[in-house]
Amino acid sequence: MSHHIVQADNLHYTYPDGTLGLDNINFKIHHGESVALVGSNGAGKSTLLLHLIGCLTPTRGDIRIGDYPLNKKNLKSIRRSVGMVFQDPDDQLFMPTVFDDVAFGPINLGLPEAEIEKRVTAALETVGVPHLIKRSPQKLSGGEKRSVAIATVLATTPDILIMDEPSSNLDPASRRRLIHLLKTFTHTKIIATHDLDMALEICGRTIVLNNGKIVADGQTIQLFQDVKLLEMSGLEKPLTMQGCPVCSKEHPPVIAR
Amino acid sequence: MHMADALISPAVGGTMWAVSAGLIGHCSKKVKNEMDDQKIPLMGVMGAFIFAAQMINFTIPVTGSSGHLGGGMILSILLGPHIAFLTMASVLTVQALFFADGGLLALGCNIFNLGFFPCFIAYPLIYKRIAGKNPTRKNILTGALIAAIAGLQMGAFAVVMETVLSGVSELPFRTFLLLMQPIHLAIGTVEGLTTAAVVFFIWRARPEILNAAASSAPIGGISIRSVLTGIAVATLITGGTLSWFASSNPDGLEWAMFKTAGVEELETSHNLHLSLSEVQKKTAFLPDYGFQSDGSELLLNEKENSEEYGGTAATTEAKKHEASSWPSIDSGTSVSGLIGGLLTLTLAVAIGFILRYKKSNV
Amino acid sequence: MANLQNNLFDIFYMDTLASGETWLHRLDPRAKVLTTLIFVGTVVSCGKYEISMLIPFTLYPVAIVALANLPVLYIIKKMTLLMPFAFFIGIFNPIMDRAVILKIDLTDIFVWMDSIGLNNLMGLIDIIGLKGIVGTIDVSGGWISFFSIMMRFCLTVGAALILICTTGFDSVCMALQKFGVPSPFIAQLMFLYRYMFVLIDEASRMVRARALRTFDTGHMKLDLFAPMIGQLLLRTLDRAQRIHLAMCCRGFDGHIHMVRKMDLGMSEILFTIGWFFAFVIFRMYNIPIGLGKFLSEIL
Ligand SMILES: Nc1ncnc2c1ncn2[C@@H]1O[C@H](COP(=O)(O)OP(=O)(O)OP(=O)(O)O)[C@@H](O)[C@H]1O
Ligand SMILES: [Mg+2]
Repeated sequence: MSHHIVQADNLHYTYPDGTLGLDNINFKIHHGESVALVGSNGAGKSTLLLHLIGCLTPTRGDIRIGDYPLNKKNLKSIRRSVGMVFQDPDDQLFMPTVFDDVAFGPINLGLPEAEIEKRVTAALETVGVPHLIKRSPQKLSGGEKRSVAIATVLATTPDILIMDEPSSNLDPASRRRLIHLLKTFTHTKIIATHDLDMALEICGRTIVLNNGKIVADGQTIQLFQDVKLLEMSGLEKPLTMQGCPVCSKEHPPVIAR
Repeated sequence: MHMADALISPAVGGTMWAVSAGLIGHCSKKVKNEMDDQKIPLMGVMGAFIFAAQMINFTIPVTGSSGHLGGGMILSILLGPHIAFLTMASVLTVQALFFADGGLLALGCNIFNLGFFPCFIAYPLIYKRIAGKNPTRKNILTGALIAAIAGLQMGAFAVVMETVLSGVSELPFRTFLLLMQPIHLAIGTVEGLTTAAVVFFIWRARPEILNAAASSAPIGGISIRSVLTGIAVATLITGGTLSWFASSNPDGLEWAMFKTAGVEELETSHNLHLSLSEVQKKTAFLPDYGFQSDGSELLLNEKENSEEYGGTAATTEAKKHEASSWPSIDSGTSVSGLIGGLLTLTLAVAIGFILRYKKSNV
Repeated sequence: MANLQNNLFDIFYMDTLASGETWLHRLDPRAKVLTTLIFVGTVVSCGKYEISMLIPFTLYPVAIVALANLPVLYIIKKMTLLMPFAFFIGIFNPIMDRAVILKIDLTDIFVWMDSIGLNNLMGLIDIIGLKGIVGTIDVSGGWISFFSIMMRFCLTVGAALILICTTGFDSVCMALQKFGVPSPFIAQLMFLYRYMFVLIDEASRMVRARALRTFDTGHMKLDLFAPMIGQLLLRTLDRAQRIHLAMCCRGFDGHIHMVRKMDLGMSEILFTIGWFFAFVIFRMYNIPIGLGKFLSEIL
């Protein structure tokens, strides 16, 4: 299915106040690929993701999602196939109850009521929080909010899943659950994160951003061994790849293929 | 200051409800037609902002008391009058429901007092004239200060009018006015200063926000004439309906009047300053919805009656006479009222206990 | 600051109460909203010197509190906290309106008690020599209307609190929408309610951060207050933008649609109509006086 590719050509973006957001971004992501987007704070990860869902329009350059260029005309149909989980779940959960929130997307797709309910329960079950269905978002913990936020996106059954720092604010168990969950998805995934260990486990490919530019694009395991590159982009080797603090031997990490 | 349910009559409350509902409808339509959908979350979140901001206090120099940001003026400056009005209305609704600030019937009054004046009068006619085109530090300060004070003075005046017209409170118009206006001069000054300070901060940090607001908010969305007409129509309708209700139900209005009229002789002996005509004004105007005719005629009859008896000071007889014609104030009635009241209250509480007991046993 | 958090907890608590599972909680919100409005309307329409007529109305809050398992003390506490305002306005009534409109003859009470066989109290009073003192109590119109104001206050405020505690804010909003309140205003209310929590949290974090670094007892000057509020405002504006993006990503087209199962069944109709008639009867007939008269006649 070639229509799940995500492609950026010569992308430039400057914020209205003059801050450089993106500078000459080029990449092509194929169907089913999992790509980690890493880089220091302010490197431009969020900015790039917002371009992929058409929330920001590039100053220069093109984006193609599937077979179509991203423009005003087919924005709507593209947003149906791309789901984005935002950095702050409070921004994403704006409805009075979890049910309303997860149902928001399916309702806008114009689905019949029975189908909406089915999707809501299915999405909540996938992320493991079906019991929260009647709660209001303001009464959820950070991790629960995150799970529900992911469910809101899954309920619209996107082909491409875009996530901005999905593992922030999660306790180790929830993080582990999230990693398992993401591994089971066959979607095309683009994940911006500072959690390099997670990137190592889930994403076979990594794009490193620095000051709005792509400084490296390749196999995760290889890039993460390049200490110089990591240091230059404000990162450091994932813990699982560092020597064991007790026996100072390197254990082979779990990695994604 | 918030109006409270306990202080207003249904006629005043209903009228102001109708007026505020009309304004909300008008603004909603305007907002629906004109704005981009980006404003929908924006206005909601701004309401939440007002809520949160009002909970941060600063210390007013010299006095040592504390002040906080007001609502209507800053919202108008940032969002334009229509959205600002809707946002203010929503803030007041939440306050009425959760903090019982004001109450449900008084909500109409509160929305009008705290929303209409700053958003549709003080902002377009004062602030925008002074600082709209040329927002310098001085203009922002003078504009916000004068507009906030004016808005609150009008609001305070409306509170006084609504209270006096309702007639539930005995505060005389002038005393109340003399109490309210200076207090609100102080409150208005604080609101003006805080508003100016925050607007100035925004103007320096992100001038484009103010420019966008100033250009997207056309003046004159609401003409004062149409609002006045609205108030008049609403008054007629609610007044008409309610007085119809009242007249089909003898006790509400006449009873209160006869009670007062019936004790004319006691009154004259105790405090002379309360003449019957004053009593009539106070009790007959609005609170009991009998504006004229039959009500006042009856009152006159009753006055004659009580004068007949009043001279002889044969109070018991007079009372008996009245008691026979009106279920009023003789002590037999008051005693049975007292006892009956206690009994009813006990009964109500008992029903509550039974209901709960039954529930917990089911 | 403490105030800020308390308010939040308070709302949280009311929200929790609203998610109860009683029959009343499950009742269609429209029935409850309508009944509350009728209740407030009839209570407020009672004449300004009415006290006895207001008493039967207490049945409504009492019954709802009992049926919905609401914590009585909490409701009473909330009402008392709000009392001062009505008190300060109402207290002018006794000062301004001194005309005596009610005389309670205490001897009458004793006579009445005697008549129902309560062991010759009159004689007792004669013996102690209280006769002169226990005369009549003159009650001025001002005091009566003052108590009337306080009673109305308790009833109307109580009704609003009870509505929220049994229904929850979002259901009240849905009911209002069904009653024809324009959808932009409904969306406005729902967003306000949802983000109130987020922003109060954000505000209190800012206040705390400031307090931890100023080391004094928390006097906030205007020149510090303005940037703080300004900062909060800027963050709010950014947040609004992000929310809008999140909405657009899920197909937002300018309208917020919701599926909510609401049906007006038999119980809703009975509830509303039942209370409606009760309120009308309370309003038309002074039940306490009638009851008292009836009692003194049969005894
Ligand atoms: N709304 C905005 N207006 C102006 N500049 C912005 C805006 N949003 C972000 N920027 C700037 O754009 C650059 C990229 O920001 P972006 O949010 O994409 O970083 P990021 O990689 O997601 O960082 P983080 O890891 O902290 O989330 C930063 O320099 C930031 O200051
Ligand atoms: Mg980011």
